[in-house]
Amino acid sequence: MIEVLVIKLTLAGIVFFTVLNFAGFHTWVERKQSALIQDRIGANRASIFGLRLLGLFHGLADALKMFTKEDIVPAGADKTVHILAPFFSVFFALVAFATIPFGDRLVLGTRVIELQVVKIDAALLYVFAMLSLGVYGVILAGFASRNNYAILGGLRASAQMISYEIALGIAIIGVIMVYGTMDLAELVRRQGQMIGGWIPFWGILAQPVAFFVFVTAALAETKRVPFDLPEGESEIIGYFVEYSGMKFGMFLLTDFLDTILVACLATTLFFGGWQVPFLVADGFHFPWGSVVVVSNPVYALLGVASFSIKVVVFCWIFMQLRWTLPRFRYDQLMDLGWKGLFPISVVNVVVTAVVLVVFQEVRR
Amino acid sequence: MTAKVKVVRRPELTFWEQLYLPQIYCGFKITTRHFFRNLFLHIAHRLGLYKHLRAAATIQYPDELRPLMSRFRSRHRLTVRDDGTPRCVGCMLCETVCPAKCITIVPGEHPDPNVEKYPVRFDIDLGVCVYCGYCVEVCPEDAIRMDTGILDLAAYSREAMRLDIHELMNPALRKPLSDCGLTFPHQCSLSHGEMKGSWDGTGRP
Repeated sequence: MIEVLVIKLTLAGIVFFTVLNFAGFHTWVERKQSALIQDRIGANRASIFGLRLLGLFHGLADALKMFTKEDIVPAGADKTVHILAPFFSVFFALVAFATIPFGDRLVLGTRVIELQVVKIDAALLYVFAMLSLGVYGVILAGFASRNNYAILGGLRASAQMISYEIALGIAIIGVIMVYGTMDLAELVRRQGQMIGGWIPFWGILAQPVAFFVFVTAALAETKRVPFDLPEGESEIIGYFVEYSGMKFGMFLLTDFLDTILVACLATTLFFGGWQVPFLVADGFHFPWGSVVVVSNPVYALLGVASFSIKVVVFCWIFMQLRWTLPRFRYDQLMDLGWKGLFPISVVNVVVTAVVLVVFQEVRR
Repeated sequence: MTAKVKVVRRPELTFWEQLYLPQIYCGFKITTRHFFRNLFLHIAHRLGLYKHLRAAATIQYPDELRPLMSRFRSRHRLTVRDDGTPRCVGCMLCETVCPAKCITIVPGEHPDPNVEKYPVRFDIDLGVCVYCGYCVEVCPEDAIRMDTGILDLAAYSREAMRLDIHELMNPALRKPLSDCGLTFPHQCSLSHGEMKGSWDGTGRP
């Protein structure tokens, strides 16, 4: 019993540590990637004992600044809720990572460890529940600040997140129908099968339309440019206008955590999670017949590496999009959500259903 | 009377543009090209390759200076003869032409009969100077130039913005000045209004 607890705590610790550090690392990535895109150099002056490391310490300097800044609660604000809101925001973004499978089974002695913090049969529902609950942090922040701009930002955020969650959810239904499971670990395992022995049957092949809808809606979910209407830096500042210090930092952190979460989900649902092409539990089985045997720890590690690389690539793409696209107008945003993505995802579900039934009939 | 109204139609988006995804792809292509080009060049620069191609438009100012045009007007200097005395003959033309009235010259008699005068004092108040360059244009002796390339002029007081003959003759000097190295007789901030030096050390008759 105690052994299970230790294993689960270790896994949770690893995920927590990695995700938080990667989110902090995102501040550096954001600075440097935008600099490279715009032919600049990017922040590179923070140094420890003259060591600059390409400006990596700016993240540390940010954190230090956030923690030591004065923490202001406006006089008219609801103090309890004002303090709770950023915690809600970060909490729900962090717990959603619990069900993401970042590797296949690792065998240590006689014990089989699933590389996933918690195994829930309806993991997808759990993730989406947590994503939806994230809205609370935002809207509470808006209302508790007792500031018109903050309320406006909060309302925009909640309207945006709710309308995009619908497209997101319906896009996912297609994937669930194809693989027939809502357990993320099982879903990834089923993506390991091959089409004709050559092409891995990943979600992107089965559901390309759903993938585009998912990525668009997911970008809206992270509340970053081009869907940064809740923040609207140039017009209303947004729901965190009355926040300062680390509480503001937590909203910033939530954005980065959401980006990583969405990258993890896109990887898990559409790019085969920890699957490495041609790698199954006992080694590489290439379609031309050769077999490379791989021991279990190496196999598990390769899976984790594959998952990490895919997530990093997705984060890169999201960051690149963030620095490529201009912002939507609010009515365009709502139009895209309700008149664009929503019908497309519904049609996708219908078409998927028809195709699946036809396939079943043909097989019979 | 009816106003003439000219209707300017908004350009309609073509079907291809309305699809939006191809346009996103085009933008993505541009930013990605910049990203990888600059990433590659930054790494190549670290390895000492492709130095002639710039990776970033940034000029990291205190470490790296922007190349100046040859006619650029920077801080003044007084040109110096071979024996270490100023070329200036104290004709007062620059002081006269100066629109900002930032030049102060006190002429003195030069021991050489071929050179009528020389500046006992030559001060420029950079806090007042407008960098018009008239002093350079007007000088008959090519004694004052604005080609030091010094741009970082800053001081904590107005007094420190005043350059005297030491700093003008040797642009490498920075305030506060500790000792007076000029040998010919002159007045400077270190001499408290007294004349310092003599012509003996300069090799002049």
